[in-house]
Amino acid sequence: MTTESETLVTQDLIERKGKFSEPKVAPPIALSDIRKWAIAVYWPDEPPPMYWDEDYAKTTRHGSIIAPLDFNPFAWPVHREPVPAARASADGAGIGTRGMNGGQTEEYFEPMRAGDVISTTTGLTEWVERTTRLGPTLFTTTETRWTNQNCELVKVRKSIGIRY
Amino acid sequence: MSVNVYWEDVEVGQEITNWSRKTDFMHWNRYAAVNDEFVYIHMDDVAGRAALNEQGAFGMGNLRFAYLHNMLRDWAGDEVQVRKLGCQYRAINQKDDVLTCVGTIVAKRVENDEHLVDLTVDVKNQEGQSTAPGEATVALPSRNGD
Repeated sequence: MTTESETLVTQDLIERKGKFSEPKVAPPIALSDIRKWAIAVYWPDEPPPMYWDEDYAKTTRHGSIIAPLDFNPFAWPVHREPVPAARASADGAGIGTRGMNGGQTEEYFEPMRAGDVISTTTGLTEWVERTTRLGPTLFTTTETRWTNQNCELVKVRKSIGIRY
Repeated sequence: MSVNVYWEDVEVGQEITNWSRKTDFMHWNRYAAVNDEFVYIHMDDVAGRAALNEQGAFGMGNLRFAYLHNMLRDWAGDEVQVRKLGCQYRAINQKDDVLTCVGTIVAKRVENDEHLVDLTVDVKNQEGQSTAPGEATVALPSRNGD
C-alpha cells in the first residue's frame, strides 16, 4: 500500500467519483472512416468486405456496412481537451503524471453504421491504489455509455486507467 | 453472408482459430492515424524509456483490443455478434513482437433466444507470454435459425 503522503488520489478525483459528464457528440460516421479503420486494424492484410463492400454487406444479417466494434467515431476532434503534461512531451514527468491503458471491457448492443451520430457520457466509478513495480500506482475505472441518434444503446465501456 | 461456424458445432474446451500479427511502427502508426492516438510513448523511444520501458516506444493497448475483435470475427464469420469483450494489459507490446490472439470456449448457453458462447481470450507474444488476458461472449448463428 502507498502511504498517505504518497497517495495519488487527489481531491479532484474524489469530487468526480460517480458523476457522469454531459453528453459528448461525435461527427457523423462516414463510410470512409470505417474503411480506413478496418484497413489499419487488419494491416497488412485486406480487411473483410463487411467493412467496405456495400453489396456484400447487404447479404449479411446487418443489411449494410457496419463499423468494427472497436471503431472510435470521436477521433480527430476539432476542439481538443488539454493534454496532460506527461502525454504532451517526449520527456515524461514525475510520479503520478505518467499513464497507461490498463484494459477495458465492452458490452455491445446496436452496431455503428455510416451516418450514425454517436454520443457518450462518461463517469469515474471507482479506483484502487497500490504499490507496483512502477512505484505508487493508481488504477481508475471509468464507465462510458455510447448511444446513437435514435437514443439506442451502442455500447458500454468500462476502462481501467493506470497512473504511476 | 459468411457463416464460418454454427453454435451446435462448437464444444467447450475447443480452441478457436488464432489471429497473428508482427507489430512495428507501420502497424502502430496506421492505428494512430485512424484513432488519432499520437502519444509520445507510442512514437518516441525517449518517451518510452521515460515511461519506464527500457526498450523504448511501445504499442497501443487499443490495437491489441482491435486484434482480439478481429480474431473473433475471422473465426466465426460475419454473422457473429460479439456481445462482450474485455482484456487487461499485463505486458507491453514491444516493437517487432509477434502477437498471437488466442481463444478457448469455456461455456455454451441459450439466453433470450441467443445462442451464446463464452470464451477466455489472450494476446500472446512470440515467447508465449500472456500480454492481454480477457473474456468474451459471442452470439453464434444456430442451425435451427436464430
